[in-house]
Amino acid sequence: MNYFLSEEQKMIQELAEQIAREKIRPVRAQLDEAEAFPSELMQVLAQSDLFGVYIPEEYGGLGGGILENCLAVEQLARACIGVATSFAASGLGAYPILLYGSEEQKSAYLPDIAAGRRLAAFAVTESGAGSDVTAIKTTAVKDGDHYILNGTKQWITNGGEADIYSVLAVTDKAKGPRGASFFIVEKGDPGFGFGKKEKKLGIRASATRELVFQDCRIPKERLIAKEGMGFIIAMKTFDKSRPGIGALGVGLAQGALDIAVEYARKRVQFGKPIISFQAVQHKLADMATKTEAARALIYSAARHMDTNPPDASKVAAMCKVFASDVAVEVTTEAVQILGGYGYMRDYPVEKMFRDAKILQIYEGTNEIQRNIIGQELNKEYGRIKETFF
Amino acid sequence: MKIVVCIKQVPDAKNVRIDPNTHTLVRQGVESIINPFDLFAVEAALRLKDRHGAHVTAITMGPPQAEEALRDVLSRGVDDAVLLSDRAFAGADTWATATALAAAVRKMGDVSLIFCGKQAIDGDTAQVGPELATILDIPYATFVKELNLDGPDHLKVVRRTDEGTEVWRLPLPALVTVLREVGDPRVPSLKHKMRAKKATLPVWGIQDVGLDQDRVGLSGSYTQVVKVFSPPRRADRVMLQGPVEDQVEQLYRYLKEAKVPGL
Ligand SMILES: Cc1cc2nc3c(=O)[nH]c(=O)nc-3n(C[C@H](O)[C@H](O)[C@H](O)COP(=O)(O)OP(=O)(O)OC[C@H]3O[C@@H](n4cnc5c(N)ncnc54)[C@H](O)[C@@H]3O)c2cc1C
Repeated sequence: MNYFLSEEQKMIQELAEQIAREKIRPVRAQLDEAEAFPSELMQVLAQSDLFGVYIPEEYGGLGGGILENCLAVEQLARACIGVATSFAASGLGAYPILLYGSEEQKSAYLPDIAAGRRLAAFAVTESGAGSDVTAIKTTAVKDGDHYILNGTKQWITNGGEADIYSVLAVTDKAKGPRGASFFIVEKGDPGFGFGKKEKKLGIRASATRELVFQDCRIPKERLIAKEGMGFIIAMKTFDKSRPGIGALGVGLAQGALDIAVEYARKRVQFGKPIISFQAVQHKLADMATKTEAARALIYSAARHMDTNPPDASKVAAMCKVFASDVAVEVTTEAVQILGGYGYMRDYPVEKMFRDAKILQIYEGTNEIQRNIIGQELNKEYGRIKETFF
Repeated sequence: MKIVVCIKQVPDAKNVRIDPNTHTLVRQGVESIINPFDLFAVEAALRLKDRHGAHVTAITMGPPQAEEALRDVLSRGVDDAVLLSDRAFAGADTWATATALAAAVRKMGDVSLIFCGKQAIDGDTAQVGPELATILDIPYATFVKELNLDGPDHLKVVRRTDEGTEVWRLPLPALVTVLREVGDPRVPSLKHKMRAKKATLPVWGIQDVGLDQDRVGLSGSYTQVVKVFSPPRRADRVMLQGPVEDQVEQLYRYLKEAKVPGL
């Protein structure tokens, strides 16, 4: 379908697709099997300028927005969402700085992130604080010109691999939801270490680790915006990043659909290619329709989000929930179409099926996304004096 | 330092068929790609540029659509590109091609290093590089797998030969033809891609490079293709595996089965 992309946007798409095809596809099975972080691919991506598509030109980026980022992520995800997640998580880590950082912070960190010289990560989750972000226990206490952080973050994508971490910590417990703040912590800061690397069902090329803060001392200039802004920054960051999770879903679904159609055209049973059976055709038809619907939603939502609209949270949640559900459905059906072969590691759909599940969990579970959409609907309709009926 | 990389557009080997009667390539409707070995030449040049700084110019002799190949390498970080294109160049053999390229390199002036791929996958002659160096009267090394500058005006290369590897030190200016071992071609970058899209590429014809009609193209070619045929298939090869004792055992059995006299 023609989505009326600009020349520049098409170039981003084309380049990301080339990297996915030439560099990621040949190694994805190996990375998955070895649970190996794709350092070399991160360097390829760095050299391609793709890390900077959404970062303003004055900080070394290309000055695009969410749509540009989604276009890159989608193409990378066609080959492997483990690799694409590592790429996208750097953006997630960068957004608190991009949205709320001081001029000094932006010029200190964004050019490196845009060039892919340093990876970023985003650290909110703890063992007792998943969906309920307000339950975090990690603390940051001011001590003269420094803050001292204590606590443990869990399941942080790019943990141990990234150099720059946006970390949420409690600065004033008494203030409740206004008592948390974001900090920039760098790999190598005193008292900052990493826990074990998690063993996962899918996206095994991405690194997921604990971050451990033991009297970790950082200069007070590492506070992002003001004390108490933490949860607002987290929410605004998710508004920017969730369409990207949708793009991961669209890319993954497209990758699985491509394989399923190709396979169905070649696989012969009862003397005919299985694509000639209506049951198979209908599955493929639904897969293609859902994938295209998800793409149409992501692209138009991303364009809309780039205008900073008031309904950003709702639309971002819609992107995430819809496209991730589509990715799970489409990859499940792709395995079904490949039958026993689909269940074997010889074909990539086995991995895609395992990979898809994470999209319904991280960056806020799909239940939480539906909560957000529902709450926003309640608010919106509450403001309307007179309804249509 | 000025570096020139010679590249060539070739039909995509994956989709090429051979005409069973004429034994020539059926090129109609086949997509063109950059000769894969030339992409290694580009990579070798860009790596040298990354390490020591250099100005890298790509050149190709071909029809107007060969511009596409030049834009591709510009998008990978080559600084500028020249298209040698003129009806008079048509039908050139390797010598006439090298003659045209040599004239273009002379026109650029002050070139320290020329990179070529080890061979083009359509003609497979591996001659243009050496001929170009011969015409320019500069030293050359073929089948190079590693290279680096050795002091300000020498190049050290490792070449692969049938017998093993050789290390050479060449005074600059020089020409090398490279193998895939020099490094995987990098992907384009967005910034270079945008620059490549907008770039205007100079097109040089025979007058621009100061050549006469009779020295280029078909009329400047010494070779004529009289007949094209498929070479006879080489005999099957078997790689013996396992510990040496087993391999000797296996080899003995093979020779015996082949009824080698005396066994
Ligand atoms: C591979 C991976 C990578 C991750 N990367 C990062 C990262 O980079 N940074 C980071 O900060 N975090 C990261 N996370 C954490 C992730 O965001 C959380 O796992 C997620 O938010 C859910 O939290 P939880 O796992 O504690 O589940 P819980 O919150 O315990 O939820 C369990 C179940 O209860 C449901 N539930 C909970 N509350 C409600 C409610 N109010 N209404 C309805 N249903 C509810 C949930 O939807 C879910 O089904 C990552 C997680 C994984 C697995």
